[in-house]
Amino acid sequence: MFYRETGQFKQNYAADSAVFPILQDRYGLAIIMVIAFVAIPMFGSEFLLASVMIPFLILSLGAIGLNILVGYTGLLSLGTAGFMGVGAYAAYKLSTMFPQVNILVWILCSGFFAAGIGVIFGLPSLRIKGFYLAVATLAAQFFLQWCFVRVAWLYNYNPSGAIEVPGRTLFGIAITGPMATPVNRYYVVLGVVVVMTLIASNIVHGRIGRTWMAVRDMDIAAQLMGIRLLPAKLLAFAVSSFYCGVAGALMVFLWLGAAEPSAFDIKLSFLLLFMVIIGGLGSLIGSFMGAALIHILPIFIRALPESLGLPVAAATVEHLTYLIVGALIIFFLIVEPHGLARLWQITKQKLRVWPFPY
Amino acid sequence: MLYNIFIDPFVQMVQMPDLLVQTLWEGLVSGVLYALIALGFVLIFKASGVFNFAQGIMVVFSALTLVGFYAKFSSWGFSGHAAAFLALLLAAGVMLVLAMLVERVVLRPLVTQPDIILFMATFGITYVLIGFGEIVFGGDPKQMIANELFLPSGSVDIEMLGGLVSLQKIDIAAAVIASLMIVGLALFFQKTRIGRALRAVADSHKAALSVGISLNQIWVIVWFAAGLVALVTGIMWGARSDVSFALEIVALKALPVLVLGGFTSVPGAIVGGLIIGVGEKLGEFYWGPLLGGGIESWLAYVIALVFLLYRPQGLFGDKIIERI
Repeated sequence: MFYRETGQFKQNYAADSAVFPILQDRYGLAIIMVIAFVAIPMFGSEFLLASVMIPFLILSLGAIGLNILVGYTGLLSLGTAGFMGVGAYAAYKLSTMFPQVNILVWILCSGFFAAGIGVIFGLPSLRIKGFYLAVATLAAQFFLQWCFVRVAWLYNYNPSGAIEVPGRTLFGIAITGPMATPVNRYYVVLGVVVVMTLIASNIVHGRIGRTWMAVRDMDIAAQLMGIRLLPAKLLAFAVSSFYCGVAGALMVFLWLGAAEPSAFDIKLSFLLLFMVIIGGLGSLIGSFMGAALIHILPIFIRALPESLGLPVAAATVEHLTYLIVGALIIFFLIVEPHGLARLWQITKQKLRVWPFPY
Repeated sequence: MLYNIFIDPFVQMVQMPDLLVQTLWEGLVSGVLYALIALGFVLIFKASGVFNFAQGIMVVFSALTLVGFYAKFSSWGFSGHAAAFLALLLAAGVMLVLAMLVERVVLRPLVTQPDIILFMATFGITYVLIGFGEIVFGGDPKQMIANELFLPSGSVDIEMLGGLVSLQKIDIAAAVIASLMIVGLALFFQKTRIGRALRAVADSHKAALSVGISLNQIWVIVWFAAGLVALVTGIMWGARSDVSFALEIVALKALPVLVLGGFTSVPGAIVGGLIIGVGEKLGEFYWGPLLGGGIESWLAYVIALVFLLYRPQGLFGDKIIERI
């Protein structure tokens, strides 16, 4: 009744090819933006901002990066955390080498370093496919993580082996380091994520995105149609790694504040893959939904016994979380193998015909 | 620099052959264990096309079940060899129940889904098993009941090539048992009715269904077989170090073994395991110090990657034929 396109006529091509063709979708997006930019920082507690929203946004960005590779181009990668690490370490090196340059510039620049490394490790993707490629990207994961431990130059010969984020300001406001308030950090993260999501949306809806999807659906057929596979796949690796690299830099600079090499271990790669698959392969909104589910659900489960007053040991809760998350992954895959994004689509379709189902 | 990379290690090998033999042996032993884990993967991949990430955790879980049952028995005052073997039987029973559950709850509803979905589902199984195992058995490392299962301990020192080479007896036992199991599996696949059915399913699900082979039944059998392989692997790994969830990391090492040998080949898993095991140990021992050590963590993957560039389907994998 409320959600249908009746009466919304498109009078030019731009309107016809809009990402959100339905007026209500655009209103919905605007409301979400208002909530994200105004309501949450205004009414949200420090815990909500620092432990829920910032990680959620950063993980969403990483999930978008991985989704470009896995969901849009069909190249399975398990090296995401390694590429995120490249971004984080690049941003760290750059910002300690040239402290006078704006930190935001370095965070975005670090994406290019990750993209370069991603292209190198993406080179085998022309010959290797499917799960074989996944194992090949594991080589990237383990090799990069080894570099973060062994190459002391990367962490400025810090005896602890960790990277600690220096305090940096943006237009005179502290956004990194111990001086930064969660609200400021939240705004920076939100801004970066919104802009990069917009760019990603434009890429995947345009010629490049169509090229990737053709490669995903059948690469030989795509080749016969005149798509050059190597540039297409390498571009996917580059863009994906760029997103992951920026996400990694944001993760260290605006979320964790300091990071050890183990922050970028294989578990993070798997976590992002969960988000992409649970959220929906080949869907940007799915990346956000997957990140929300996988990140927020464990927080919720951990808080549950305490709020109910149940005397459960912390370790048991941790194990129960594993158990429940595992069971839920299986459950979601059985209920909707195409992810939450497909559920969302079905809901919208149902809404369109509601209340008369014909 | 070039001397250090290309000449010095070989000079060392020739000068101290006993050390080389020792390193080779260690490589072979860890290779056998990688191969055992990879074998579990291959069994399931062949019969159901599922890339079973949970194989690693199944190894830990089965070993923990075995140790857990034995601990229960000895707390009732029933210990010794008989109790150990009863525990072994019960652990095998648990693996059978697990196989049935996995088939019924996870595989059957997901039967027509793409591979990546099934792969993710095995991730879910992994998480469930980790959570369940930690709650039931606790997280601390446990001693494997090697003596009670008639597994030898101690080592044999052989004097050869002007030095002592020390071989752990448990490693010899592991190699023997692994070979026996591989022969057994080969016979099972080639000679029995169920083995033929398994191979038929591996070739084509639809064709197998049309000649009256029950897919569900075959899957239970395959997961059970993989569970048994996991149990044996768990015993062997557990006898060398403790039984704990740290073993999970080792399972990731089985992935390069798999791609090296090819996902669908049992001999590939064995040969791949040996190559990776030996290559890793040699690399770490002779070239590791040049790079600052610890290269064991990624060398296996790089070896696999280099092999893959020449043969994208692995050494023994089925030839990949792509059609439009």
